[in-house]
Amino acid sequence: MTNTVLSDSTQIMTGAQSLVASLEAVGVEVIFGIPGGAILPAYDPLFDSAVRHILVRHEQGAAHAAEGYAVATGKVGVCMATSGPGATNLVTGLADAYMDSVPIVAITGQVNSASIGTDAFQEADIRGITFPITKHNFLITDPAGIPAAIAAAFEIASTGRPGPVLVDISKDALSAKTTFQWTGEVDLPGYRPTIRPHTRQVQQAAKMIGEASRPVLVIGGGVSKADGGAELAELVAKTGIPVVTTLMARGMFPDSHPLNMGMPGMHGTVAAVGALQRCDLFIALGMRFDDRVTGQLSTFAPDAKVIHCDIDPAEIGKNREADLPIVGDAKLMMAQLIQELEHETLQDLQPWVTFLTSLKERYPTDAGDPSDDYLLPQEVIKRIGELSGPDTIFATGVGQHQMWAAHFLPHQLPHKWLTSGGAGTMGYCVPAAMGAKVGKPDSVVWGIDGDGCFQMTNQELVTCALNDIPIKIAIINNESLGMVRQWQTLFYNGRHSNTDLHSWRIPDFVKLAEAMGCVGLRAETPAEVDMVIKQALEINDKPVVIDFLVHKDAMVWPMVAAGTSNSDIKVAKDLAPAWDEEEL
Amino acid sequence: MSAFHTLSVLVQNQPGVLARISGLFARRGFNIESLAVGPTENHELSRVTLVIEVESDAVLEQITKQLNKLVEVIRILEFDPGEAVRRELILVKVRADGRNRSQVLEIAEMFRGRVVDVAPDSVVVEATGGYGKIQALLMLLEPYGIRELVQSGSVALGRGTRAITDRSRYDKTPKSERA
Repeated sequence: MTNTVLSDSTQIMTGAQSLVASLEAVGVEVIFGIPGGAILPAYDPLFDSAVRHILVRHEQGAAHAAEGYAVATGKVGVCMATSGPGATNLVTGLADAYMDSVPIVAITGQVNSASIGTDAFQEADIRGITFPITKHNFLITDPAGIPAAIAAAFEIASTGRPGPVLVDISKDALSAKTTFQWTGEVDLPGYRPTIRPHTRQVQQAAKMIGEASRPVLVIGGGVSKADGGAELAELVAKTGIPVVTTLMARGMFPDSHPLNMGMPGMHGTVAAVGALQRCDLFIALGMRFDDRVTGQLSTFAPDAKVIHCDIDPAEIGKNREADLPIVGDAKLMMAQLIQELEHETLQDLQPWVTFLTSLKERYPTDAGDPSDDYLLPQEVIKRIGELSGPDTIFATGVGQHQMWAAHFLPHQLPHKWLTSGGAGTMGYCVPAAMGAKVGKPDSVVWGIDGDGCFQMTNQELVTCALNDIPIKIAIINNESLGMVRQWQTLFYNGRHSNTDLHSWRIPDFVKLAEAMGCVGLRAETPAEVDMVIKQALEINDKPVVIDFLVHKDAMVWPMVAAGTSNSDIKVAKDLAPAWDEEEL
Repeated sequence: MSAFHTLSVLVQNQPGVLARISGLFARRGFNIESLAVGPTENHELSRVTLVIEVESDAVLEQITKQLNKLVEVIRILEFDPGEAVRRELILVKVRADGRNRSQVLEIAEMFRGRVVDVAPDSVVVEATGGYGKIQALLMLLEPYGIRELVQSGSVALGRGTRAITDRSRYDKTPKSERA
């Protein structure tokens, strides 16, 4: 990479040049952003820089694109916006990245330091606003502080439990002259993440595993962040312990593996939920006992001792008490555990595995009732997965289509699955897919989106069309806010208040796609599904949007109703699995 | 069962640190009973003393863990009652005229308080002490009529030689003399 601004020696330059030089020095390849008044000085040196800037259409898109880039590449994603509304438009993306521990750095312009606090034009206290939704943030008013803040921001975003960091820089700091000096050194006396797990704790974990007859490995997003796929595969091969992968960890362990029981939680598989409810040892790796996983906490995994390994000590004991806490990186933890298990003889796990395998066979995830008359959303998503190659990256929106995508896509490889888990951000799909495609231009990138979600951020397809980012978006169009509608059907006597979007009629997604410079396709009957998917896969020079007009009454099953026990999971309306017939 | 705990939090002396700490307590639903913040022996550092009421040890643990995640927080100590000196300061304006001023002064003296302002029908008493002492003083002054009361947050310091900065980069003790 050529550094057009950065020189080897110390030199005099503006704060804005210092910012761009710092971003180059830290290895930034691409920034998603929109210029405006306060950040304007930064866009001048950026014009000459080797750093690629992608001009998005809404700052929320910039933040989600930075997330998509980060998840797909493992690098830090970067977004940039001006002060006031530019910065506040980033907020949803920052909150999303905070909930899902995605390493991004947001750079915002701020009004002149002399005007801060005066309600100046386009002033917003973005540092104060983002205190609760960033891992850390900075307000820089002295140009000399820019390189150190950028170095610290990238260090904090990418290490320990990753997360978003915001650097707010006043316009006068960007404009003033400063001496640029890049050391890359970071001085943060209060920031010392624990990476290496305590050996004695891992030894204790091995001992507990040796004593367990119904253990389960519950894999969370932390294993993905730690890139622990190989260690996990080895751990399972060595022990034969069944695996459950949370929404954030889909793909970290192949779905085709007989010991993968699938996703747990509110819309988890019966086998995964059954594994958690019946286990005697719950081995939590990089997962945080989110309420969507646990349901009613008091009845969750009632017989289990818990080994909880997380890089963030505050997650351990937050929702569920841990019998054995282990603070550290999931990858290192598994590598150490594999060694410690050399000294252990495991119990016979066969009855346990047989029980779970039986649940898995008897209660496959509901794929809907096929018909020649309408499109089944589950089937559409399944075919997209089957017809696309193993290297395909999938992004989703939030809702029914997201849950179906979690169940029916192949999920064989790590880092191919981008979804908004903790925050549940509708509108994540299109910009996240864009960011992923920028980071992995040689991979096919599909966005599986809902018609509601799509209407929140689809304008980024204009960005894609103009910047040679040929993503493919499948709109699972049930002309409603499907998940909300499902809840209304089940819990509000079928009173569908304000969930009808009429999106079979308006907007015309095919025309909308074409207007945005994309190819627009539509499928209305089962016979057309494969045809349009194949057509989309053949187009590589433009973004493609497919409008799949699907059956609007399809529901996501299984389901654990909010606040109820996981043991009360329903596989279809009023239909519970026959747990108790099984002797264990 | 709820109980009071005193946390001493060493932080980098930077703008916004207090907002981060108070915001953390507000959004996570933790209660602050009192809060005092001020400079330390080192101009790079500030020290925050928090008295918190928690329902269980698990909540206390969660509070300290969340505080520790703040990048500017360097170290947190929780003081056991026997191991630390705690003080709060009050300024209290009490109704007192020629007829009962001497009684008020006598009460203040018993608590080693000082009268820092006298007016024809009131006095301002300054007193420091632990929570119990201050409460006892206020109880005795109450019958005379308390016009105004201001109270500082509690500050606390561990007893003995050890310091919150021990074995940190801010430890000024020569290495040879460290415990």
